[in-house]
Amino acid sequence: MTEKMHIKLKVNGEDKEFLAEPRELLIYALREKLNITGPHVGCETSHCGACTVTLNGKSVKSCTMFVAQANGAEITTIEGIGTPDALHVLQESFREHHGLQCGFCTPGMIMRATKLLEENPTPTEEEVRFGMAGNICRCTGYQNIVKSILAAASELNAAKEAAQ
Amino acid sequence: MIPAAFDYYRPKKMDDVIALLEQHGDDARVMAGGHSLIPMMKLRMAEVPHLIDLQDIEGLSDISVEGGKITLGAMVTQHDLINHAGLTAAAPILREAALQIADPQVRYMGTVGGNVANGDPGNDMPGLMQCLDAQINLVGPNGTRSVAAREYYEAAYMTDREDDEVLVSISFDTPSGGFAYEKQKRKIGDYATAAAAVQIVKDGGKVAAASIAMTNLSDVPVWSEGACDALVGTSCDAAAMKAAAAAMLGDIDPSEDNRGPVAFKRHVAGVILTRAITRAWDRA
Ligand SMILES: Cc1cc2nc3c(=O)[nH]c(=O)nc-3n(C[C@H](O)[C@H](O)[C@H](O)COP(=O)(O)OP(=O)(O)OC[C@H]3O[C@@H](n4cnc5c(N)ncnc54)[C@H](O)[C@@H]3O)c2cc1C
Ligand code: FES
Ligand code: FES
Repeated sequence: MTEKMHIKLKVNGEDKEFLAEPRELLIYALREKLNITGPHVGCETSHCGACTVTLNGKSVKSCTMFVAQANGAEITTIEGIGTPDALHVLQESFREHHGLQCGFCTPGMIMRATKLLEENPTPTEEEVRFGMAGNICRCTGYQNIVKSILAAASELNAAKEAAQ
Repeated sequence: MIPAAFDYYRPKKMDDVIALLEQHGDDARVMAGGHSLIPMMKLRMAEVPHLIDLQDIEGLSDISVEGGKITLGAMVTQHDLINHAGLTAAAPILREAALQIADPQVRYMGTVGGNVANGDPGNDMPGLMQCLDAQINLVGPNGTRSVAAREYYEAAYMTDREDDEVLVSISFDTPSGGFAYEKQKRKIGDYATAAAAVQIVKDGGKVAAASIAMTNLSDVPVWSEGACDALVGTSCDAAAMKAAAAAMLGDIDPSEDNRGPVAFKRHVAGVILTRAITRAWDRA
C-alpha cells in the first residue's frame, strides 16, 4: 500500500481535509469519507453518469477520477444546489414534470443539466438530448427528463428577463 | 474496481516529468485526462506504479491558429476543441470529429494529446491527424523532435514515442477545401465500428487534392494513399468514389470483435467512406 495523501477539497462551499490513498476514486472519497451520498455509483465504468459532479466548472464522472487528481478542486454535488425547503429550479422541475421514477440517476442528471443550461441557456430538445448523452436512465425513457430540463430552461430565462 | 496502488506525482515543470520518466522507466506513465488510462487501471489491464499527472504543467493547453499553421497543446480537451471559434473557422473537421467522441463529461476531461498518444485503434484523433498530415511534437531527455502522424503508429498501443518522451503538441497546416468526419457507432459514447476523415480540395470541378484516413479498421489508423489517388483528377462521381472505396478496402485489415465480423466491418467501412467523400465534396 502506498502512503496516504493529505487531500483538500472545497465541496459545496465547505473546506474538507482528509487522508486518502491516491488511487481512491473521487466518488468513494465523496461518499465514504465525506458522507456526501448524492452522487451515485451506477456502472463504475464511465458510462452511466450517475456519479456526475461539477468539478472546477466541468461536468465530470467522479468514478473516473482519482482523488489525488481532484486534490485542490472545487466540487459541487446535488447536495450543494438546493435544500428541501428551497429546491433548485431543476429539482423543482424534475418533481413537477415527473423527471424521475426510482431516482437513482437523478443526482447525476440534475448536476449535468445545471452545467448544460450554463453552457447553453436556450437549448432545443435535440440539444438537451445530445448534452445529456452521458447520463443513462433505466426507468423514465428520458421523455420527462427532457421535458423537465426544457421547462427549467424556460423558467430560468423568464426569471432573467423579469430581472432586467 | 480498485486499481493497484501507485505513487502519485503532480510536477509543475516538464523537466521534472522527464526526470521521473527516466528514473522509473517502464514503471512510470504520464496521465492527461485519465479517461483512457483510469478505466484500464481499474480493470488492472494497466499497472502504473508511478503515475505522473500533467495537469499542473504550464503551456500545454494552448490553441494557436496563426499564419496558416495550427498548433494544439497536448492538454487541450475535446471540450476546448469544440468551443474554440477560431479553430472551428480554420479547421472545422476537428469540431465535427470531437463532437462524435464519447459524451459531454468525457469530453471535458479527454485531451487531444492523450487521444493521440494512447495508441488505441478505437481513438478518433489519430486518424484525423493523419488526414491532416499533422506533426506530433515530443520532448524527452535529448530535447524535442517531431514525427509525422502518418509514421507514428506501429501497432495497437505501440507508437514511435519512447518511454521517457512526452507529447507536448500537435501541429498542422490549416486545411483547405471540403471536409467530413463520418463515424458509425452502436450508440453515443461508443468507439467507431468504422470512421473516416476526409479533406478534399476542388479546382475547376475536379478533385485537386484529397486526404483520407480510416479509424478502428486495423490495429493502427490507416491513411489510404490509394483512396486519395483514386479521387484526384476526377469529378468525384460515383465511379471515382467506388474506386476510392475499393482502394481503401485494400489497405484496411479489420478483425472480428463485439462490433461485428470482418465482412460487416468492411461493408460499413465502404459505406462510411462514401458518405464522408460525398459530404466533403459537397462542402468543397
Ligand atoms: C465512456 C468513454 C467513451 C469514449 N469514447 C471515445 C470515442 O468514441 N473516441 C475516442 O477517440 N475516445 C473515446 N474515449 C477516450 C477519451 O477520448 C480519452 O479521454 C482519450 O482517448 C485519452 O485522453 P486522456 O486525456 O483521457 O488520456 P489519458 O487517459 O490520461 O492517457 C491515455 C494514454 O496516453 C498517455 N498520454 C497521455 N497524455 C500524454 C502525453 N502528453 N504524452 C505522452 N503520453 C501521454 C498516457 O500515459 C496513457 O497511456 C472514451 C472514453 C470513455 C471513458
Ligand atoms: S458510476 Fe460513474 S459513470 Fe457510471
Ligand atoms: S429514474 Fe430510475 S434510473 Fe432514472
